[in-house]
Amino acid sequence: MPNKYGGAFMQCLLRCAAGATLALSAGCASSAASSGAVALASPVPAATFTSAAPVTLTLLAYDSFTPSAGMFDAFTKETGIEVQLALGGDAGELVTKAALTAGTPEGDVLWGVDNTLLSRALQAGMFAPYASPNLAHMDAAVTALVPGHAATPVDTGDVCINYDIAWFKARNLAPPLTLQDLASAAYKDLLVTPSPLTSSPGLAFLLATVAQFGEDSWQAYWKQLRGNGVLVVDGWTEAYYTEFSGSSGKGSRPLVVSYGSSPPAEVIYADPPISEAPTAVVLRTCFRQVEFAGVLRGTAHEREAQLLVDYLTSVAFQEDLPLTMFVYPVHQAAALPEAFTKYAQRPAAPLQLDPARIATQRSTWLDEWTTLVLR
Amino acid sequence: MSNSPAPYRSAVPWLAVAPALLLLVFFSWPLAGIVARGARGAAFVALFANPAIAPVLWFTTWQALASTLLTLLAALPVTHILARYQFAGRRVLLALVSTAFVLPTVVVGAAFLALLPPAWHRTAWAIIAAHVYFNCAVVVRVVGSRWEQLHPHLVDAARTLGASPLHILRTITLPLLRPALSAASAVVFLFSFTSYGVVRLLGGPARSTIETEIYLRAVHLDDLSGATALSLLQLAVLALLMWWWLQSAAARHSSSGAVFTQVRRPRTAARFAAVYGIGALTAAAVLAPLLALLLRSLRVGGTLSSSGWRAVFAPGVGSVVHSPLAAVLTSLQFALVTSICATLLGLATACAIAYGSRRLALLDALVMLPLAASAVTLGLGMLITFSAAPLNLRAAWIITPLAHTLIALPLVVRMLLPVVRAVPQGAREAAAVLGAAPWRVWLSIDLPLVARAAMAAAAFAFAVSLGEFGASSFLTRRTTATLPVEIARLLARPGDLVQAQGFVLATVLVLFTVTAIAAVDGLRPERLTI
Repeated sequence: MPNKYGGAFMQCLLRCAAGATLALSAGCASSAASSGAVALASPVPAATFTSAAPVTLTLLAYDSFTPSAGMFDAFTKETGIEVQLALGGDAGELVTKAALTAGTPEGDVLWGVDNTLLSRALQAGMFAPYASPNLAHMDAAVTALVPGHAATPVDTGDVCINYDIAWFKARNLAPPLTLQDLASAAYKDLLVTPSPLTSSPGLAFLLATVAQFGEDSWQAYWKQLRGNGVLVVDGWTEAYYTEFSGSSGKGSRPLVVSYGSSPPAEVIYADPPISEAPTAVVLRTCFRQVEFAGVLRGTAHEREAQLLVDYLTSVAFQEDLPLTMFVYPVHQAAALPEAFTKYAQRPAAPLQLDPARIATQRSTWLDEWTTLVLR
Repeated sequence: MSNSPAPYRSAVPWLAVAPALLLLVFFSWPLAGIVARGARGAAFVALFANPAIAPVLWFTTWQALASTLLTLLAALPVTHILARYQFAGRRVLLALVSTAFVLPTVVVGAAFLALLPPAWHRTAWAIIAAHVYFNCAVVVRVVGSRWEQLHPHLVDAARTLGASPLHILRTITLPLLRPALSAASAVVFLFSFTSYGVVRLLGGPARSTIETEIYLRAVHLDDLSGATALSLLQLAVLALLMWWWLQSAAARHSSSGAVFTQVRRPRTAARFAAVYGIGALTAAAVLAPLLALLLRSLRVGGTLSSSGWRAVFAPGVGSVVHSPLAAVLTSLQFALVTSICATLLGLATACAIAYGSRRLALLDALVMLPLAASAVTLGLGMLITFSAAPLNLRAAWIITPLAHTLIALPLVVRMLLPVVRAVPQGAREAAAVLGAAPWRVWLSIDLPLVARAAMAAAAFAFAVSLGEFGASSFLTRRTTATLPVEIARLLARPGDLVQAQGFVLATVLVLFTVTAIAAVDGLRPERLTI
């Protein structure tokens, strides 16, 4: 019998037998170097940790979680805790899988629930609440989304229509300015969007249309979009890198649902270097996204997992986010890089929806959308 | 009332305990869970009130009908030449057609992704083409064996009397083949109706069958009640189809068993050309997707490159938990566990049925049940049942090989039962009279006679586990992703190197499956004709 599975099986049987032993072992199996963790504002005195075995935490995230190489070395050096990444799927799949495994998680910390999916995560009870001291350095509008501290905000961004500047210039066509424009004949067969069923920017775009047109009229708008030849694909990467003409993939569609920070990404990764972004954002189509991380309920290393959440919201980690994942830090002391301030556009008044409405209506809207657009 | 062989009478009932327990706990309980959840009036009403569902039911049905019709059209020419003619490469052609059938559905989906131009991906026709591809073997086997029984003189006589080939086909051949044709159609329809792997890979966001919709609702939309209601609906449809099929199967068995296998060489030049033309075309059609798969695994960035293979088998050190290589190892381990469990349990079941009292024949029916439920339903049922107390196996690796064992068990029992029954009774009684204990009798008389078949069954269970996708897609976790799960994950992501790795894994899975099935064929006591 392979050892790693044998171990997991035994562990599971043990859990069935006595939940109490688990709590006990979680308390014991901590890292020797936890004393260093005090620097990260630990409310638990380090002296309570006794075991000497080094802890390895598993951080679950979606496929496009790409911090700089070695980004966790500082954390490991400071705390003695190793970090392993387990990436997989889009945000929607990540959250549902974690919800289905609530209580017996596949890792210790999860990164990547956004405000469109947050209610699902909270209903499933997949997180063990934790109030990070870093919450004090965040905008109240962001922290207010999770009053019970089940999850911790880690970044914000905007989901907006992006367009290929050169494509529109070559055809002497003005790029669209509003969501309504996308339904007009001038932009027929030009838009590609990831599916809201399987992708979080796709869901954000659907919510943007609900916010713009209202709960009773967005359906008519999507009927027009369908008539106007909108292409729906499974995930954001496929939409942006395969179908969109303005990215390295050189697809055929000049309009794509992507992020407000995609244009600086194009500049930073350009080879050879360029001074102007090849793509731009339609500011009036933007929907505000807030992403969260959290300690997964049932982890055997809850205290260490909390330290990792502290690290994810620390200035050092937050300052790495813009250039690697093209989102905005939530820590107010984190500085934005120059390329970002120069090429990224932020809407002054992004489209927003009441989280409570999203929570109750999301599945109804998704079924309606599926019928209108896919079937 | 007992028909047990004398030496085993007392031991036999105990043999039934393990398989019966497995089925009750890991099949009946999850299914009861689905019925309990899905049959709530509210869930069903919500399901049918949901406007997104009707198109799913319609697509599932029409694509299955279209797949069945096109499979018949595509398979009848090659069925005809295999049943009627002797030609160079006949055995190879038969083996090729059969290979297409044993390939895992995820591999067939991947192969059609590799073969078809991107504009055809995500269309109903890509799905239907893949269904035709692996279902042709059903027609060749079922209709072919009947065609071999038609006396060639019937056709000869008609031709002498001046009937045209078309007239002969319409008035003699087709009417005589009709029972076989409808049996084959029913099987092909069933396979296409419950298709999952192919649709997951080729369907895209807009194409959903009942099976993939169950997955979408459970895993992406967080709609477990919708998913279980759909599962229940699927169970009902399958039960209806099976009942209808068994009804007509009873009628069909009255046909004479006489075989007039008179394959002859094509005599006229036109017929020669037709036979070799159909043969070559079919062989090319079977091989093309597999070649495309291999080629795509070797193409990165538009040029021939081994970097996909290197990325899988010599990955750099990274901090990422799982890797494509891990999926290869996991699949092999799971297949081994499944193979051992299914063979031992299958042997116990077959012996209990063969030696036991009539009451144990009930086990025969019980063990066949997993065949009647789709793997997706089984996976969903196990997921909702074993994610909570009293038996929480959600984090246990064993849950996936357990599901594979349940799926392989009916087939293993079917393979072993005739062999176990054929062991001569006299030899056993002689051994018993000489004073051997029951287990000694079994080890020295039965085991040597069933060992070959047991090994064949083990290889078969191994292949089933390797290719299983429906239940695995619900039950595996990141660290226990199997080959089909990892292939589907990689091929759903863009990026040349990522895609190439998906095609590498699919190629590896083809090699494993073909090897296992070749072992099954080599170990089977009777040689295959059609």
